[in-house]
Formats: sequence, structure tokens, C-alpha cells
Amino acid sequence: MKTLLERFRQLRSYPTAVIGLIIIALLVIVSVVTPFIMPYNEAIRLWRGGEDIWGRYPRNAAPAWQNWFTSTDVSNTIILDSVEGDGNVTISDLSADTREARFSFEFDFPYDTFPPELTVFANARYDSKEPFVEMIWITPDGREIRVGEFAVSSNTSFRFNQDDRLQRRLERETGIDGVSVVHGLFDDPAQEGLQVLPGTYRLDSIGLLFEPESELDLAFVSYGEVHGVAGTDHQRRDLSVALLWGTPIAMAFGLLAALATTVITMVIAAVGVWYGGWLDAAIQRITEVNSIIPLLPILIMVGTLYSRSIWIMLGLVILLSIFGIQIKQYRAIFLQVKESPYIDAARAYGAGNMRIVFRYLVPRILPLVIPAIVTLVPGFVFLEASLAVLGLGDPVLPTWGKLINDAATQGALFNGYYYWILQPSVLLMIAGLGFAMVGFALDRVFNPRLREV
Amino acid sequence: MATVTGDFNINAEVDVESIEATARKARTQSLVRLLRYTLLKLVALVVTVAIGVYITIFVANMGGEVDNIRMATIRENVALTATADPVFRAMATEERIAYINDRVELEAKRYGLDRPFILRSFEYLRDAMTLNLGYAQQLTSDSGSRMVRNIILERLPSTLVLFGTANLLLFFIALFAGLSLSRRYGSFADKAVLAMAPTSSAPPWFYGIFLILIFAALLGVLPFGGMVGAPPPDNPLDYALSLLQHMILPVSAWLLSAIFLTTYNWRTFFLIYASEDYVEMAKAKGLPDGMIERRYILRPTLPNIITSFALTLITLWTGAIITETVFNWPGIGQLYARAIGAFDTPVIVANVVIYAYLLALTVFLLDFIYALVDPRVRVGGGGPKQ
Repeated sequence: MKTLLERFRQLRSYPTAVIGLIIIALLVIVSVVTPFIMPYNEAIRLWRGGEDIWGRYPRNAAPAWQNWFTSTDVSNTIILDSVEGDGNVTISDLSADTREARFSFEFDFPYDTFPPELTVFANARYDSKEPFVEMIWITPDGREIRVGEFAVSSNTSFRFNQDDRLQRRLERETGIDGVSVVHGLFDDPAQEGLQVLPGTYRLDSIGLLFEPESELDLAFVSYGEVHGVAGTDHQRRDLSVALLWGTPIAMAFGLLAALATTVITMVIAAVGVWYGGWLDAAIQRITEVNSIIPLLPILIMVGTLYSRSIWIMLGLVILLSIFGIQIKQYRAIFLQVKESPYIDAARAYGAGNMRIVFRYLVPRILPLVIPAIVTLVPGFVFLEASLAVLGLGDPVLPTWGKLINDAATQGALFNGYYYWILQPSVLLMIAGLGFAMVGFALDRVFNPRLREV
Repeated sequence: MATVTGDFNINAEVDVESIEATARKARTQSLVRLLRYTLLKLVALVVTVAIGVYITIFVANMGGEVDNIRMATIRENVALTATADPVFRAMATEERIAYINDRVELEAKRYGLDRPFILRSFEYLRDAMTLNLGYAQQLTSDSGSRMVRNIILERLPSTLVLFGTANLLLFFIALFAGLSLSRRYGSFADKAVLAMAPTSSAPPWFYGIFLILIFAALLGVLPFGGMVGAPPPDNPLDYALSLLQHMILPVSAWLLSAIFLTTYNWRTFFLIYASEDYVEMAKAKGLPDGMIERRYILRPTLPNIITSFALTLITLWTGAIITETVFNWPGIGQLYARAIGAFDTPVIVANVVIYAYLLALTVFLLDFIYALVDPRVRVGGGGPKQ
């Protein structure tokens, strides 16, 4: 074991290996921390959630850091929620039963681009008479625009863009034919063309409650064209959930598959060589048959016909990879080792078969196997992504590959949502490179013949 | 994805061992032994192919589960046609149900679904092994044929032109670059290739996405995918140009994902052979570099180069499922993916059996080719456990 440690220490003299080790360490830390920040079931629940979870997130918004690289300051999401204590709420009695609730949401809009959508979410508790809300929009230059009115049942949303009367009213106000609601509300009338008027906007809502026990909550959302650290997808889901949870899944898949296939292959080869005879012959034949069976099509078939669970895929990948071509390579080495004097010595002192296999044969090829394990990891990480890109990703789990698949099916490249594909791809690339760089360095450390050349 | 450079050292070593064993035996016995060896090897290969293909048939039918899906489809289609036809609408309900059941049974019989799957699976195996590829269940060729042979032959040219170009470029660039790097190891180019080798951990489709992003989406100079422009140009020259234009990105993606690692592997391989004693001896004799390279490095490594080349050629057959999907290339790989999606087992099995035969044939022929190019090797020397 001491020599193993020494060899790992030699890695320090390879700069690429140091970078690779740092990357792997970071990925492992993220993988370990993620389940504590967001438990497995919570991640699945969030990723499968619909409007109820993601309603206040914009659709297809780029990550917020995009603003650092562009001269225009793209609109970000603004949420004002009376439940959270945002805005001014005053309640006054109009008569014995009727009360008036005034919600005044004031917000600063410093951005250069229009928000894609505006929505007011309303929630009311009442017995029989629905509360009624009327809204007025006040621009920084003091214009007052009546937005509209609606009756509030338990969960109501008023989408500005879908209100035809508001759109026609704005056409009259601005004098621009076919102006969209957001353009009409945020346009600077003093300037040529459509330009955002920056400044402090206000949305005043007057709610009429017709029962003494009724209550009303309002929330105003100005959706952004950029959102959060990772942006959002076509279902308004925050991509950071998938990017974060993709890390432990990629690590688990890659490491487990690489470790399991290599170790099992090594043990099978050692047992075959040691016992020889029909067992060895059987292992050889299985390896040959296995070389004909195509891995990816079999995975696709099982994915299509049986189950797409990532853990079943992992098991299958391991099963189909253990009788890989490496068996022949390890076998050739074991055949030589088997004839070594120290094996005879072990037999002479009465070592059992299993003891010889595990204590005397297997350790001899560890120098070959350790770099192999590390080098195999990226292949399996990308295999998971490949399956996802074919639409065979795990149906419930968010993974990097599934993000790429979602983006590809939604035409992200075509529509210019580059962040959607770039973020998971860059993470995949970094993870792959990290392991590959360490693997290459390990190969040179453990196989001095390579180091000389 | 797997590179083929890993395993051929063993073959070479085993064959070297085998020479010494065979050299002692009498020449008259050689021919008999050669024949017996050839026959045994052929039988072993055919049995291997048969087992591999049978497993594929079993998986592709999900152990008979696909039959239920097909029965349900048949029943639905029959019921639909029956309800849509005014003649049957006039029938009494019971009469119509009886009629539908009769039709379903007839259809099931036509597809052979009335007999147990296990029996049929062996018939499928027999058909597959005799390359009687039969008819597809769902897919048709673009010309409308249902014959699996036509479907595959229609797609073969597009796969061959793309992956033939890509793989041959990859093979020869990597081989010669590797040889050239081995001559001046430690140089900047050598170190650069060494540093870039880890980038080969990403598959071609991955680079494909980036290339599409840069050259199609951002710059708009190359097409997103497909094989020729739409509508396809009539003029053969324009057609070829359009094809070339569409090939640039997939070929580049294919090269990018493998070129550095393959070059690195060849370079290391040649370096190890260049440090053999007989090469040192030749150098000591003062032979010119070119001669040393040809006679003392390339000649002994020829079997390995040929093996690698042969394996490159047969992988052409499978195309690349995901790369073709990403670039929307109408080749065998895409056909494969579609066949799997449509549970079209005859097409899947046809693909697997042809690949298996090609692989077996290559393994079989390589033995003889080794003997031709390397005088130390004799066919029928027997491997470790033949």
C-alpha cells in the first residue's frame, strides 16, 4: 500500500493531474452537499412540478450573468407579493359588509428591455361572494392607465398579455397600431420607436371584499428575460435544479460503472486463469459472444421496451461491460503471473484458491487497473448523457443529459437559447476532462514504460 | 467509442508463441492441421455469432413481450377498419365482434403470432443466420419497399459516404501523425497532442452540438444537419457540393472527438516498438532513418495496423446512432434508432446479424493475413486454448 501512496504522490509533478484532481474534488464536494441542500425526492418533485411550482418563473429566460457580457441591461424578474409583505396594503371599511383593500406595488424598473410577461396572481378566501379587483398602472412620468378588473376565486391569475381590452386601450393611449401590452405599459412616449422608460412604476390595485370574513392576497410578477444563476426552460423550470442534481447523478453513474466493471472484470479474469479448464473456456466464449452484442442498441431496446430508470441502465451497462475486451488483456498478464515462483511459494504454505486469487494474483495488475478505472469514468458519464440525448433519460430525475435533450427537442440552438445547451455541456466537458487528465497522468505514473517515452 | 488499439499486443504475442510450437511438427501434417483448424475456427465463430444474435432477438422481442404490443396494434387496426366501414355498421354487434375476432386471428396467423414465442425465436434465428432478412413490420424504405434488405441498402450509401470519409481520414491522419510524433517525441507538437488527448473522452455528438452552435447557429455558414440542401439539387455537381457542405460538420465532430487520443495511442505504440533491441541494432549499424522506419518499425507492426484498419472498416457498418441523430443524417444509425423506437425487430436483428458476420469474417481473415504479412506467424498454430 505504501508504494501505491507514493505513486499517487508522484501525480503532483503533473500539472494536468493537479488540475484534474481539483476538478474531481470539486465535483465530489458538490455531489456530497447537493442531497443536503435539496433532498432526492424534493428534486424530483420540483423537476416534475408544473405551474403551481414554477408559475412565477419566466419562460426560457437566460441566466442573469448574461448581463455582465452585454451592453444592454436585460430585464430581470421582479416579484411583489403581499403575503411576503411587499407593497403597501391599506384596508378600510366601506359599509358593514364591504371593505376596500388597496394594494400599492411600487417597483424600480432600471432595465433596457421590456419584460416578456406581466401577471397578477390573486388568492382569496370567501364564502359565497367573490372579491373584486381593479388595477391601475402608473408610469414614472405620471400617466395613469387602467389595467382591468377581475373577480377573484381561490386561485386566479390575471395575465396582462392575454387581456384584449387592455391591449385595445393601450393602442388608443399610445397611438401605435397592434402595440403589445408590455410595450404599451413600459414604452417611453417621448422617444421615437419602442424604448423602455426606466424609473419607478406603480401598480395600484383596489380590492373590494363583500364579506366580513373575506381575505385577499395579491402578487405582481414582472417576468424577466434573464433569471437566476442558470436561467429557465420552456416549462419555466429553474435550470439550476437540474445542473445541481446532475452532478451527483453523473458522478454516481460514472464512478460506480467504472469501478464495478473494472473490478469485476479483473476478478473474473483472475478466477478464470487460476481454475483454468472449462471455466476459463466458458469465460473466453462469453467474452466473444459479448463482443457481438451491441451495447448501445441493447440499452436503447431495454430503455424503450422495459424501463428507463437510471439505476436499471447502470446495472445493464455493468453487466454488458464486465465481459469486455479487457478480460483478454488481464488474462494474458495473469497467465504469466500464474507461473511465478511466489505463487508456488504461496501454494506450498497451503494458501487456499481464493486467497491466491485475491491476495496474490489480483494485486499484481492493480497498476494497470487503477488508471483504467479513472480513464473509464468519463466514458460512462457521457454514456448517461448519450442515452438522455436519445430520449432515454431517467423519466423522473433531472440530469445534465436530459437538459441537453430538452434543449435539443425544443430547438434551443435554432431559437438562440444557447445557455440551455452550453451549461450542461460545459459541466459534462469539465467532468470528463477532470477524470481523463488524472487518468492519463496515473497511466504514466503506474506504467513507467510509458513515462520513459 | 472504444478505440481498437488496446488488445492487439496479445494476439501478436500469442502468435509468436505459437510459431515455436508448430515449427517442430512435420510439414505433411501442416495441411491437415490447417484444414482442421480452419474448420474448427469457422464452427466456433458461427456458434458465437448464433448465440450473440439469439440474445439480440430475445432482447429485441423483450422475451415475447413485443408480441402483446403487436397483438394490441392488430386488434386496434381491425376494430378501426370495421367501425369505419358502413357495411359493418349495419351488422349486429355480436356478428361484428365475431368478425373482428376472426380477422384478428387471421392477422395474428399471418404474422405467426399464434405460435409460442420460443418456437418462433428459433425460426427468427434460422432466418437471421441464413441472412434471410425478411420484411419489416413498421418501417418502409423511402421507395416504399417493406423488405429489410431494401431498407438497409437504401441507407447504406449515406452512412458509408459520411463515416467512410470520417473514419479513413481519422485512421490515416492518426497513423501518420503518430509515426511522425514518435520520431520527435518531446517536441512541442508531441506535448500538445499529449495535453489534448483527454478531450477524446467526449463522444462525437457532443462536439457536434458545439460545432452546430458555432457554425450553424451563430455564424450561419454551414447547415444545421441533413445530407443535402432542400430541395436536392438536380445537377450532379451541385449535389456533390451540397453533400460536401453538409458533411463538414459531422466529419469534423468525428475527427475532433478521436484524433488526439488515436494519434497519442499510435505514437506511444510506435515508440515502444522503436525501443526494441533490433531497432537499436539497426541504428548502430548506421542504417538511414527511412529504412529503419520501414523495415524495423512499420514491418513488424503491420499486423496491428491491419487489425486496426479492418476493425475501422467494419465499424462503418453500424454508423453512429447518436451522431446521425444529432446531425439528422439519414444513415444506418438513424434507421437503427427508428427501428428500435418502432419495435421493428426484423430491422434490428438484420443490423446485428450483419455486423456479427462482418466481425466474425474479419477475425477469421485476420489470422490468414497475419501469416501473409508476418513470416513468424503460421495459421493453425493454435492459440493458448484452441
